[in-house]
Amino acid sequence: MNNRKIAFLGLFVALAFVLSYIEYMLPLNIGIPGAKIGLANLVVMVALYTVGDKNAIALSIIRVVLVGLTFGNISMMMYSLAGAAMSLCVMLIVKKLGNLSITGVSVLGGVFHNIGQIIVAMLVLETQSLLYYLPFLIVIGTITGVLIGFVANLITTRVKRVFKM
Amino acid sequence: MKKNDIVLIAVLLVAAVLVAAGMRIWQMNNTKDTANVVVTIDGEVYGTYPLSEDRTERIELPDGSYNILIIADGYADVAEASCPDQICVKHNHIRYSGEAIVCLPNKVVVTVEGGEDNDIDGSTF
Repeated sequence: MNNRKIAFLGLFVALAFVLSYIEYMLPLNIGIPGAKIGLANLVVMVALYTVGDKNAIALSIIRVVLVGLTFGNISMMMYSLAGAAMSLCVMLIVKKLGNLSITGVSVLGGVFHNIGQIIVAMLVLETQSLLYYLPFLIVIGTITGVLIGFVANLITTRVKRVFKM
Repeated sequence: MKKNDIVLIAVLLVAAVLVAAGMRIWQMNNTKDTANVVVTIDGEVYGTYPLSEDRTERIELPDGSYNILIIADGYADVAEASCPDQICVKHNHIRYSGEAIVCLPNKVVVTVEGGEDNDIDGSTF
C-alpha cells in the first residue's frame, strides 16, 4: 500500500464519518423503520473501486464503530453493523462476479443494507410483522442505490486519475 | 450503467411491487370485523384491543418512555411518542391484518391481527 492510498483511506474515513453525521441530522423519515439514504455508502463504494476490497471492509467497520460511539448507542450500532456487513458482503461478491457495473453493485448494496437492518430488528423485537416492510425497503434501496451509484461512478473515475499520476 | 444493471433494477422493482400488491390483497381478505390491535414490547404482549372500539391508550415503558396509541373509526395509529426518530408517529394509520407500526427505540410493535380465532362461531357449528 503506497502513501497515496493511505492518505486517501484516511480521507475516506473522515468523509464517511461526516456523511453519516449529515444523514443523522437529516433522517429519511417516511414512517418506515430501516429506510436510509445511505450517504456513507457512497464513500464505501468509492473505496471499493479505488483502494481495494480489504481497505473498504476496514473503512466500513471503522465508520460504524466511530459513528455508533459518537452519535448513537449500542443498539443503533448493532443495526448499522448488520446493515453494513450484509451490504458489503453482497457488494464484494457481485463485484467479483463482474456482471454488473458500479450502479448495479450500489443498488444491491442499498437493498441488502436495508434487509440486514430489518433482520436484526426482527430478531430484537421477536416479531415477523416487520417482513411487511420488505417490498418498500427494496424499492427505497433501489432508488437510493441508483443515485449513490451514479455519484460514486463520477467520483471513482476522478480518484483513479489521481492514483495514476 | 450496463444492460445488466437495468435488468436488475427492473426485476427488483417489479418483484417489490408484486409482493406488496399480493400482501395487500391477502391483508384485505384476512381482516374480519373482529380484528384486534395487539401491542407488544420487546416481544412480550402488552395489551390487546378490539379495532372496532374507539379508545386512546398510553403505552408506558418501565424507563419512562411512552407511545400513545389511538384507535378510532377502525384505524389504529400512534399519535405521540417519546422516541427520538418519530418514525412510528409519522407512520400511516393501519387497519388490515398483518400491518404494523414499529417503534424501534422503544421496542414497541403495534400490529393488527385478523381475528381468525372465532371461538364463538366455531362452537355454534
